[in-house]
Amino acid sequence: MIATLENSLAALGAAVLRWLQALGHAAFFFGDLLRFTPQALKRFGLVVAQVHAIGNRSLLIIAASGLAVGFVLALQMYYALVTYGAAESLGLIVNLALVRELGPVVTALLFAGRAGTSLTAEIGLMKAGEQLAAMELMAIDPRARVLAPRFIGGIISMPLLAVLFSAVGILGAYVVAVWLIGVDSGNFWSIMQSRVDVWRDVGNGVVKSFVFGVICTVVALYQGYETQATPEGVAHATTRTVVTASLGVLAMDFVLTAMMFATP
Amino acid sequence: MNKKRVEVLVGLFVLLGLVAMVFLALKAANLGAFASSGDTYTLTAKFDNIGGLKTRAPVRSAGVTVGRVTSIALDPKTYQGLVVMEIQKGIEFPKDSSAKILTSGLLGDQYVGMEPGGDEKVFVAGDVVKQTQSAIVLENLIGQLLFSKASDAGAQEGSK
Repeated sequence: MIATLENSLAALGAAVLRWLQALGHAAFFFGDLLRFTPQALKRFGLVVAQVHAIGNRSLLIIAASGLAVGFVLALQMYYALVTYGAAESLGLIVNLALVRELGPVVTALLFAGRAGTSLTAEIGLMKAGEQLAAMELMAIDPRARVLAPRFIGGIISMPLLAVLFSAVGILGAYVVAVWLIGVDSGNFWSIMQSRVDVWRDVGNGVVKSFVFGVICTVVALYQGYETQATPEGVAHATTRTVVTASLGVLAMDFVLTAMMFATP
Repeated sequence: MNKKRVEVLVGLFVLLGLVAMVFLALKAANLGAFASSGDTYTLTAKFDNIGGLKTRAPVRSAGVTVGRVTSIALDPKTYQGLVVMEIQKGIEFPKDSSAKILTSGLLGDQYVGMEPGGDEKVFVAGDVVKQTQSAIVLENLIGQLLFSKASDAGAQEGSK
């Protein structure tokens, strides 16, 4: 009886310790990335190539999702608002929802799925093919040459993608509201302009997307760098990237929202 | 050649992001409204009750927005609401102008309405608007209505 209790306690303790160890390891990894960032910025060509791979290639899915979210939000909100004769506030509601929450969060989730997985798989395979070890043998730190440019590329791309998502979503809402439903175009924009604040709403949204960009990119790189160098290990690491990055983004979003928008 | 193409595409992507940013700031938020009201001067008004007035609420005269509320505080001596407003330079109100807290529409947002007076002297920066009219608080209004109905009924009872 006592023995089983002791065993389960030990299991709990071990799990917590393992988790803390992984967290500390990831934190040191993050610190390393930051340390190598200036070095990577000097070779800007590498960063540009990564922005292309991470940002440009994600453009289509981000724009398409933004448009779809804008369409659907406008249709749904119209259904609720028309009851109160407030259909003209459609633009305002869609704008606030996109700029504050959906833009950064949905973009980050898509980003983790579209760009994060490819980062993890790429680095995982580099490790499995012992390319990273080969670089180390040539006295090139793979963290400076391979990871840091991808890190910078990720945190440059993510805010731009989130802003594009919101902008395309608002245009989508405009199409539904003004062309399909017949809301007055002037009111659509002017109510939006009178109630949306550049710094509080748009600015905080950009800050959020930057933080999410850091989370997604760091998780993806960490999982790739620490993967077991087997096909199975890479597969697991890719899955973990999506799960960990998504959960991290959602948890962080709650914290950021509470800090930014809790006070009226 | 290939490298050049990648650079062009990345440039396009960054440019697209910046255009979206400008769109959000100017077309979908209030930066445009602020940019036009560059130079302002401050006026202060004391109200017995500011109702639901919030900072950044518009200040209007004849329905035209001429400024914004920048801060709201309680005057610790008179227990009045101290409302600081920024009015656009070039729009001057006579010294006997009055400030009211009004509501746009039946359930809309509250704003400060400036009613110009006839004095020849005008407010300068930092002046205090003396004549003010507080916000109408719906609960008080209903209370008054019920009270007057009750007293009417009481008077009729008494006359019988």
